[in-house]
Amino acid sequence: MKKHALSTRLWHWLNLVCVVVLFMSGLNISNAHRFLYWGETGSDPAEALFAVIRFPGWATIPGYYNLALARDWHLLMAWPFAFGLAFMWLAMLVNRHFTRDLMTTRREWRPSAIWRDVVDHLKLNFDHEGAKFNFLQKLAYGIVLGVFLPLMVFTGLAISPGFEPAAPWLVDLFAGRQSARTIHFITAWAIFGFFVVHIVLVLLSKPVRQIRDMITGGEA
Amino acid sequence: MKRRMALAGMAALITGACSKISKSETGSKLLGAADDWHRKAHRALAGKQGLAKEYSRADLSPNFRGNGSQTVDSDFYRAQLVNGFADWRLEVRGLVETPLSLSLDNIRRLPQRTQITRHDCVEGWSAIGEWTGVQLGLLLDAAGVRPEANFIVFRCADNYKGSDYYESVDMVEAYHAQTIVAHMLNGEALPEKNGAPLRMRIERQLGYKHAKYLTAIEAVSSLDEIGKGKGGYWEDTTGYQWYAGV
Repeated sequence: MKKHALSTRLWHWLNLVCVVVLFMSGLNISNAHRFLYWGETGSDPAEALFAVIRFPGWATIPGYYNLALARDWHLLMAWPFAFGLAFMWLAMLVNRHFTRDLMTTRREWRPSAIWRDVVDHLKLNFDHEGAKFNFLQKLAYGIVLGVFLPLMVFTGLAISPGFEPAAPWLVDLFAGRQSARTIHFITAWAIFGFFVVHIVLVLLSKPVRQIRDMITGGEA
Repeated sequence: MKRRMALAGMAALITGACSKISKSETGSKLLGAADDWHRKAHRALAGKQGLAKEYSRADLSPNFRGNGSQTVDSDFYRAQLVNGFADWRLEVRGLVETPLSLSLDNIRRLPQRTQITRHDCVEGWSAIGEWTGVQLGLLLDAAGVRPEANFIVFRCADNYKGSDYYESVDMVEAYHAQTIVAHMLNGEALPEKNGAPLRMRIERQLGYKHAKYLTAIEAVSSLDEIGKGKGGYWEDTTGYQWYAGV
């Protein structure tokens, strides 16, 4: 058996491309109105929850301010992103990757066990016998796959006025369109946070083998 | 510092690749195709006549922001602003049996629809306003739209940064119950910055579709010969999507 299923590998790299393009084009879109609000409405910076910085060209797609092109990229990549995520969830449930590797056990939630896992991470000791992932990995991957990524899809849909007649309750669920937009923005940065930690940890734990295994599948 | 440089370098690489793709023919076609997918997906999910959410008066935004053109730079407009738009005419023309030329008074005497809706700007902000006006479908039926008409074009008095503003929708959107020619905002005559005396409300699409300072409604079979052929001011000048539902 391979360490990473084919479905996992395909999704991993497709999702990487989607997230990078969505994030960078999203920063360009953010530059169009750099204020975030709570509730249904908000148009006046004076009523904003907070203002965000103007993101520099090197961090955005395209590399200069262009709302039309940024939206083209963003809305195009939203499709493979959303359907890819649905595919990954389906594959994960069918091949039991989710129940076998990602579901935590009650034992793992004991404070002493969590503490031991944290200390192991700080010592850069990534050996964990038996299970594929340690507790913090399960937690991180679980939150990203189960909360952050789906939240991006649903808040994204909630911002769209043409989608709203199909599911007005979705906008209400997020306490209004502007709240959905704010959650969309914050969650994007949460995913960026995961991205940074993920890459640092891969670099600290046999990076060449890790990346190779995510391409070829590796051996379990 | 090195790491930051590397990060910036990677980002620049991605940006460069994206710009290459968007400039290639297949790339730009793909980017444009998503526009169609969104329209079809929305209509499949919500139905062609699915309604945008309506609110109560308690939800009204205290100051409804004006964006884009805030006025019309012409002597005629300034004179009309003073005399209550007594000489303003709205034409219904193009592929219709009976072209119409309506005064504000004519419009006010037709059956009215009042709706409290949320306006979403492409830039990201939203505001709630109460709009009163006549359903576009009613005007189109009065003029008798010919079967070969596929689009409705909105002609405007304002010239924004050197080009005449215009917009267009397909017949589904034109006959939507909440698509109205509005002459009132929050119970009063439409303010200058919000498009006085007449503007479109197309509630399931972004703000740039809601043409202001409306002078004519034109039924056409194709958008190719109008403006630069993309169906609207922003579509022509900066490349915004024609379907503005996302």
